Amino acid sequence: MSQATERPVLDPTIALPFHQAALPVLRDAQLRKNVAHAIDVIQTKRGRLVAEKTDWQELRSAAAEIRAHVLENLGTYLEQFEARCTAAGGHVHWASDAAEAREIIRGILRSEKASEVIKIKTMTSAEIQLNPYLEADGVNVFETDLAEIILQLGNQEPSHIVVPALHINRSQVREIFAKSMGRPELSDDPQTLTDAARRYLRRKFLDIPAAISGANFLIAETGGVAIVESEGNGRMCLTLPKTLIALAGIEKVLPRFTDLEVMLQVLARSATGERMNPYTSLWNGVTPGDGPQNFHVVLLDNGRSSILGKAKERQTLRCIRCAACMNACPVYRQTGGHAYGSVYPGPIGAILTPQLMQLQHAQSLPYASSLCGACYEVCPVKINIPEILIDLRAQVVDQERHKGSGIFSPLNVGLRIAGVLFSSAGLFHAAQRIGRIGARLFTRKDGWIHSLPSVGGKWTQTRDLRGFPKQTFREWFENRPAKIGTEGK
Amino acid sequence: MRASLFITCYNDTLFPETGRAVVFLLERLGVDLEFHPKQTCCGQMHANTGFRTEAFSQAKRLVQMYADAENVVIPSSSCVAMMRDQYPGLFDELGNQSLRSDFAALLPRVYELSEFLIDKLGVEDVGAYFPHRVTYHASCHGLRAIQLGDRPFRLLQKVRGLDFAPLPNLDRCCGFGGTFSVKNAEVSSAMMTAKLQDVLSTKAEFCTALDNSCLMHLGGAMHREFAGMKTIHMAQILASTEKSPMEAFA
Repeated sequence: MSQATERPVLDPTIALPFHQAALPVLRDAQLRKNVAHAIDVIQTKRGRLVAEKTDWQELRSAAAEIRAHVLENLGTYLEQFEARCTAAGGHVHWASDAAEAREIIRGILRSEKASEVIKIKTMTSAEIQLNPYLEADGVNVFETDLAEIILQLGNQEPSHIVVPALHINRSQVREIFAKSMGRPELSDDPQTLTDAARRYLRRKFLDIPAAISGANFLIAETGGVAIVESEGNGRMCLTLPKTLIALAGIEKVLPRFTDLEVMLQVLARSATGERMNPYTSLWNGVTPGDGPQNFHVVLLDNGRSSILGKAKERQTLRCIRCAACMNACPVYRQTGGHAYGSVYPGPIGAILTPQLMQLQHAQSLPYASSLCGACYEVCPVKINIPEILIDLRAQVVDQERHKGSGIFSPLNVGLRIAGVLFSSAGLFHAAQRIGRIGARLFTRKDGWIHSLPSVGGKWTQTRDLRGFPKQTFREWFENRPAKIGTEGK
Repeated sequence: MRASLFITCYNDTLFPETGRAVVFLLERLGVDLEFHPKQTCCGQMHANTGFRTEAFSQAKRLVQMYADAENVVIPSSSCVAMMRDQYPGLFDELGNQSLRSDFAALLPRVYELSEFLIDKLGVEDVGAYFPHRVTYHASCHGLRAIQLGDRPFRLLQKVRGLDFAPLPNLDRCCGFGGTFSVKNAEVSSAMMTAKLQDVLSTKAEFCTALDNSCLMHLGGAMHREFAGMKTIHMAQILASTEKSPMEAFA
């Protein structure tokens, strides 16, 4: 198999900086081919379905307004959700951080004496690293989303928030299934592989009495929860077990049931390029004799309220996890998700992860973007990702200044000097002349620079640089004999 | 009509031929062109790398410098995008009321080159002659930030002799990204390789754009790879005529 030999690290507290973590991926031809192919398929579908919606921009505005309104009144809507959900027979728990959330979930499973649990794909559970924690506590955790099964059985990490096994192709899936299920006869026909996954799952759905889900939306008005999915595994998890625990970020709430009209339209088209997702599950609390009788919602803060307090950054929390930004991102297209060292990759990960870490970790992520703006253009809730990336970069620089770390890196020293030079035309002009003389040392006979030291070497490792011209523009302009083309005027 | 040319720091230093072409072109069209000798940089490099204080002082200098200019023309979409997208935030945070109002007064008079030609001068046919096969790379700032739309295509269409070759995946970034090109040099290069495949597939002689920054990146790779294609700022195409082909100001 051609996956990068080392298992990628998706824990921002120990992950390598982005530019280093990207290297093994950039060398993995198979992985890059898989990522580009999968993204092209999704992008083509999304493009077609967004184009058919003549009011797409209005829908985006409506979705952005709903989400912005929620964030300005988050406390009110969360309390309303808690009251209504409790009244409908649910139990609401508040977790200020990952450790508290894990503890709450373990407590519920222990009180139910559950030694096995089935799961719907949930980003928040990956965020709090729930699976390894529960397994260490003796609970067998079974993912039920097809892609998550592939990753779990193959001992791999997700690389995308909607299509987590996007970096793996079907012949690689066959290898994983053949090995882990002990079925060497399997072919790489998608139907056969899906069938193998079904057989693997069926008994688990029927036998395991506890399930963990995330939540796409919480409805304040009704105390209800909404989950969208494609495979029906979610519907099984949400209806068959006796106990259900939904783990949701505090930002997931919507004011009214009818807000789903807007949100479900933008989500399905943005995420999977579908008019509507195949399965939408909506439920309120507990219904006697029907579905789980023991229903818990764990509301997770884990850094979110600190983001909420910042006017510009707050928009980060509008995110509905559609992944349109990573599908549109030219950086993600080359690196896939693992290089981001976080369960949230791509442009949204580059702004969300450092903020969830309160900039104590993942400081390289705000720089993991060429600021091309493709993410902002596709975002269904209009998160101005480039703006936040730049803002976070400024915070990283302020932090370095404060701590005195990183300020002596050649690039930072260069930028500081450039800051002084740009403050005066005289200094700038002098620097241009000195630069021109200095550049001669590196300029070859063909007039180009093929190799530079220090930061410049980062440029010349793949690109030449034309040598400095004999005259700057300003020297030419100030000394030119006369205006051109003014004859006859 | 009078216009003041903000040439930008990197064009001034590394691509004076682009500046000369803008002068040839605009003076040919009857514009009275000025050059403010105190100009340096718009602050973009500092702002985008997180050096907000430095960016602010450059932004402030620029606004004060051009307070009396009738129009400001900038042959770089990314520097125009810097002013439109980032100056307001910088001034809100670090500036005062008089700076904010000076900026608000200046902004409607700031034009990227193709905007100035089409929106202000009202010309699409600038009288250019450029008998070569050319493909156009839309820089991200030109495409998404300041939304140049079809302006570059309208200008190129009217150039006599020009054989236009459309670029596949036009909206995809070339990977330059300012300091991104050295901070994430390997990822930047991977993006560049993908872009070059598309650019070279056009079989053009020249790849043009309204930003020399992308072109420095793509042109540097073309030179390294012996790709047999050159980059050229669109100002140099538009300035070329039968009488004075591009060599006249190169």
